[in-house]
Order: sequence, then structure tokens, then C-alpha cells
Amino acid sequence: MTFVARLVHAPFVPDRELARFLEEIADAGAVASCIGLARARSRAGTPVSGLFLDHHPRLTLSSIEEIVDGAARRFGLTGALVVHRCGAIKPGEAIVLAAAAAAHRRAAFEAADYVMDRLKSEAVFWKREDGLAGSEWIEPTDEDRHDLARWSLSCPE
Amino acid sequence: MRILLFGRLSASLGREIELDLPGPRTVADVRRELARLYPHSAQEIVASRARPCINDAMTSEEAVVEPADEIAFLPPLSGG
Repeated sequence: MTFVARLVHAPFVPDRELARFLEEIADAGAVASCIGLARARSRAGTPVSGLFLDHHPRLTLSSIEEIVDGAARRFGLTGALVVHRCGAIKPGEAIVLAAAAAAHRRAAFEAADYVMDRLKSEAVFWKREDGLAGSEWIEPTDEDRHDLARWSLSCPE
Repeated sequence: MRILLFGRLSASLGREIELDLPGPRTVADVRRELARLYPHSAQEIVASRARPCINDAMTSEEAVVEPADEIAFLPPLSGG
């Protein structure tokens, strides 16, 4: 079984990470994955020149590991991978890759969805959007809270 | 003691502050001392929803902080 959570400070190539994960997993009948990309526009529609993901030197990675572990237990996964950026990120770059391997496709799909929802609200990050109009620190939205509630979980205050 | 700040708190106060407070103090004492030293950010420090964390463990305002401890103030998370 392969369960990996990594925090990276520089751009990464999601398909290369996924290919390596596929080589390492065993006893899987399905793998589902999601790649989160940095958007070029804010929710308000204004252009974004970049994101900055501030992180804690230890708690950020442990929060991602806890989410991977939770998915593994909840969905009986045979493998899981999360690669997450931190620091300065340009529009179009991958912020996160989440992949889940399971015996059957339904568990893999649901696990990838679950991991992404939890990462969006619970991972220990502080996100700043930079644009021509200035910079803004972002907090979880009602949509993020609603997504998390699908799994009977609530956002940390 | 070593103070670590993140997110919007780090933007206004910097990542790290070394605070020389004699004897054990509570988290609330540390907040008040930071607000005294950095009055331009006092509102953010004292009234903020930033959760205190001593040596990587979440804690309360009444928790005791020793001079050798590291205390982090974590603003509301944005998630990834």
C-alpha cells in the first residue's frame, strides 16, 4: 500500500506524479484523481496575477497526512497520493494533485472527492490572492463549508 | 519565547518574533504584550480569531507559556 502526502515549494508536473503513483500501487482496480489549478480570476471576476499559500513548517504537512489517512480508513483505499504546492503560485499552475486507488471505482471516485473537499477547508494554509487592485487573504466560502458538510464534517474555526 | 505568525498576521508583523517575557505567562498575556509592542496591529492580535498553538498543539487563552516554548497564532484557515 502506498500512502503519500508531499508539500512542494516549486511547480510540479501532475502527470509525472500520477505515473509514478500508478507504478507503486498494487491490488487496485481503479484510480481516481483531481488536479486543482490556480485560477486567473478571483471569485469577483478580477484578474489574479498570483497566489501565495502561506504554510506552517510542521502542521501543514501533518494536516494533509491526516486527511489522506482519513480517506484511507473511510474508503478502504489501497493507495493515496496528495502533492500540494505552497509559496508563490502563478495562474495556470497546479496547486494540488489528489489521487485515490481502490479495489473498485466508486470508492476511488468518492475518496478523491472527499480528499479535495477536506483539503479546501481543513488543510493548514493561508491563501492570498494578488492582483492589480491589491492583495486579499482568502477564507473558506459558504460553498467550501457546504462541500465539507457532505461528509458530515465542519470547518475548523 | 518564540512567536510564529501566519497569514494576514504575518503580513503585518512578520513571520517570527522573539519575545523576552520573564516567567510563565498565559496565552492571553502574550497577546496583550504583543499588542503593547505593536500598537498598529493591536486590534488584529487581541481581537483576532487567530487560534493559539503551543509547541504544535492547539491550546486555549488560559494555557501557560514557558519562556522556552514556541507559540504560533493561526488565523482562520483558507484551506488549500
